Amino acid sequence: MGQNAGGIKGVTASHEHTPLFEARGISKSFGDVTANKDISLKVDTGEILALLGENGAGKSTFVKMTDGVLRPDSGAFLWNGKQITIKSPAAAKRIGIGMIFQHFSSFEALTVLENLALALPQRSLRAIRRDVAEVSERYGLSVNPKSRVERLSAGEKQRVEIVRALLQQPKLLILDEPTSVLTPQEADGLFTTLDSLAEDGMAMIYISHRLSEIKELCDSATILRHGEVVGSCDPQSTSVSEIAEMMIGKTADPIDRAGAYVGGPRLVVDNLSIPVKEGVPLKNISFSARRGEIMGIAGIAGEGQDTLFAALSGERRTPKAQSIKIDGQPIGTMGPTSRRRKNIAFAPEQRLGHAAIADFSLSENLRLTRHAMREFSNRKLRARSLKIREDYDVRSSANDPKAGTLSGGNLQKFVIGRELDRHPDVFVVAQPTWGVDAGAASSIRNKLLSVAQRGGTVVVISQDLDEIFQIADRVAVLHRGELSQTHLVHDMTPDKIGMLMSGEDIDSEPKSTTTQNFTRNRARKTTETTEETIAVRTGTAHEQTKEPIRQAAPLSVVESPKPATPPVITSSAMTSSVSVPQSPPPAKSASQSSPRRRILVSGTVTTPWTAPEVIQKGTVL
Amino acid sequence: MITLEKRLAPSTSASILSPIIAITLTIICGLLMIQAAGKSPVEAFDVYFLFPFNDINTYLNTAPEDRGGLLYQPAEVLVKAIPLALIGIGLAIAFRAGLFNIGAPGQYILGAIFAGGVALHVPENLSRFIVLPLCLIAGAFGGLLWALIPAFLRVRAGANEILTSLMLTYVAALLLDWIVRGPWKDPAGFGFPQTPDFPESAIIPIILEGTRLHWGLALVLIIFAVLWFILARTVTGFRFTVTGLAPKAAHFAGFNQRGTVYLVFLISGALAGLAGAIEATSTIGQLQPEISAEYGFAAIIVAFLGRLHPVGILLAALVLAITYIGGENAQISLGLPKNATLVFQGMLLLFLLTCDALIHYRLRWRTRRRA
Repeated sequence: MGQNAGGIKGVTASHEHTPLFEARGISKSFGDVTANKDISLKVDTGEILALLGENGAGKSTFVKMTDGVLRPDSGAFLWNGKQITIKSPAAAKRIGIGMIFQHFSSFEALTVLENLALALPQRSLRAIRRDVAEVSERYGLSVNPKSRVERLSAGEKQRVEIVRALLQQPKLLILDEPTSVLTPQEADGLFTTLDSLAEDGMAMIYISHRLSEIKELCDSATILRHGEVVGSCDPQSTSVSEIAEMMIGKTADPIDRAGAYVGGPRLVVDNLSIPVKEGVPLKNISFSARRGEIMGIAGIAGEGQDTLFAALSGERRTPKAQSIKIDGQPIGTMGPTSRRRKNIAFAPEQRLGHAAIADFSLSENLRLTRHAMREFSNRKLRARSLKIREDYDVRSSANDPKAGTLSGGNLQKFVIGRELDRHPDVFVVAQPTWGVDAGAASSIRNKLLSVAQRGGTVVVISQDLDEIFQIADRVAVLHRGELSQTHLVHDMTPDKIGMLMSGEDIDSEPKSTTTQNFTRNRARKTTETTEETIAVRTGTAHEQTKEPIRQAAPLSVVESPKPATPPVITSSAMTSSVSVPQSPPPAKSASQSSPRRRILVSGTVTTPWTAPEVIQKGTVL
Repeated sequence: MITLEKRLAPSTSASILSPIIAITLTIICGLLMIQAAGKSPVEAFDVYFLFPFNDINTYLNTAPEDRGGLLYQPAEVLVKAIPLALIGIGLAIAFRAGLFNIGAPGQYILGAIFAGGVALHVPENLSRFIVLPLCLIAGAFGGLLWALIPAFLRVRAGANEILTSLMLTYVAALLLDWIVRGPWKDPAGFGFPQTPDFPESAIIPIILEGTRLHWGLALVLIIFAVLWFILARTVTGFRFTVTGLAPKAAHFAGFNQRGTVYLVFLISGALAGLAGAIEATSTIGQLQPEISAEYGFAAIIVAFLGRLHPVGILLAALVLAITYIGGENAQISLGLPKNATLVFQGMLLLFLLTCDALIHYRLRWRTRRRA
């Protein structure tokens, strides 16, 4: 490694016209689905290029092609100006492309050194040990070669991955969501390492959806949406909200929401904290979902959604019964069956293996949640599942097909139908339209709307912002296990939600503050933990709630004394539901112009560039 | 290079055919082995597998007054099948739920010890209708307690139940050994490591004169009927299946994993314990260091050969029982070593697992691609 690093050193600015690595017009389709369309990008030595995009934007497909796992349908990769074909991961390594994946690929039972030796079969253990020491010291990647991998923390495991990649002496390093499993402190350590690698001339493609990291680390950014490049920018001079807007796109028109009323709170989550060994722990989550509304919980993947869903469904009981209440009754310590008997229904994100069992027929899968209602007999369940298939348009040729034979969309319609068919008071659903075709998605969303329409409460945990904007009345954003304030969807814009999603606070200050306050610190060697909690002025929720959410029923607002709880809205005329044709989309400017009342939005940010006022969490401005 | 590729839809009939194929292959390979050992495979086949049918045939062709003792061998098959079926169904419940209780021999021994404890300590004049049920209940309880240990370790410490249950088997064997040499040793036993004979009130009566077939058989059939109902028709049976197929879905359905672990180990432990108690209070009639605890391992084969289904397990228990008796017969009449039986059982399991693998996966020959 030593010689190589020395060799790269000093070549930085001289290759501007023939970049180290270039992709020209790369396209890739799987059947009818176009995963990548005409993607072009360049990255030069010493440069960190961000590849940004939402889930499913096509980032992973692109990365797999650069690593030789997939082949592009058309387009070309260029290395120092010469066209190359990347036939396999081994070939990619020979060319000089190193990969660091989101998930670790070390053998848990072996030591660090043994794992590294497996990747470098031609070298002696002693040579490897020497190189490890050198690389570790140079880039602050402290790992003990003798440790067993299973004993290491996530951050240490990732260091092993990086060391392994570096020992293969790459010139281009591709990092796929490297911070997704790291703590903020570990992420900071990673950034320091990446900074010094860039100083030594390493080219890097950094894939992420976390805007704060991109701003901290990257020199340039290419943004993907639906498999296409939708823009490039300099992350230093572009505001987070502009980048978010590019990533997420414009929102679709809301579905017709007329004719519903909103009642009092029904499902109340109060200061819910759940520590977990694996995954994201939940910290002080509070929200209340009301009768007749759809409450959206937005957030990018892996921010604690799984734990939150498990806590709501009873798969993970909460330490305190009071943390979750339904109609005032504490249910936190109840299991799923008891909660179902309180007429709450759930539909998890993962269809096969969680919501349903592939080897079970639909009627047996119905039993999975219906045994709680003491519906058990084969005959009755078969009749019931037939009715659900008709009502929810579940298409299948067989009479009582196995769940595994249904398409994703049809199975999801069945899973939703299984729960809605018993008319629950509260329905908690995670990713209701994940990986489902457009037709099924709109049918599912309409079913959710009709639950709210008849006075039910729906909690939708979704990463799909279009979906939140289409069906939710209010929204809160989950970020690293913490939930933001609840906002009326009317007041939100994609960029505002995008900022909450990446842990930024919603900030109505002019965009220039962002760039002015940001200082690049590539040369830093020590990691400062800049974990300040900041509170930002913003004009949201309260002001707008004085107008009825839905024109159908007059609403009065009761201001909550504590800023931590969302506003409670009571309806004075819950029964009078006059139908109003197509509620017009809300004026987005209203919220941004002049905030008449300030509420707190708190969040955790790892860098100080958006901190206009640093104050204690929980203080009212 | 050969790779295994998952089949999209494994066929149901193949899953029923698999044990039949496995048995056929075992017989073929077994006979080849016998031929290699220099014995006549035809004769061996007759001695090993056909004896119960030959005996029944002879019985039917004999005048009623001369039939005495002719059914002894067929009845022996049933006698052996009783503990195998009982342990096998308990293990099948555990395997259905994806939990591997390998410690049935230990639970069986504890069952025998508990039953023996009652049998040796009740007043002699007490009625059989009180003593026997007490013995059997105590036996089931003993097996259940022993099975509780791996369940507890698994739930509280995450310890692998395969290892803990297996290791406890050896603890149980030593415990029995100590008991028969120490505290419960027969004072009139000429120093042999054994307890006194159980009183008559603690011995399960014989059904068929001239054989050792006892009323334990009826008990087994009743238990199977009950378990079949539980497995096929109740939430508890559903719970086991769901937990085995998809633990996360089981959790979502409201079946918590800890409860399932305890329940499964309680049931399979109690059944193994009951098998031990029945064996001690029927064919053995006392405690001694050797009480055929290896039934607990053979029952693993019974469970899989019987497709984890009650009816299948009854049939599989008969097949395994035949290999035991056939092995003894072959030892006497052909001079085959006793271990031949173990080889047969081992081959049976191996072929069965191979067949099962091929039901779910298909073989693919691939030319190695050079990168």
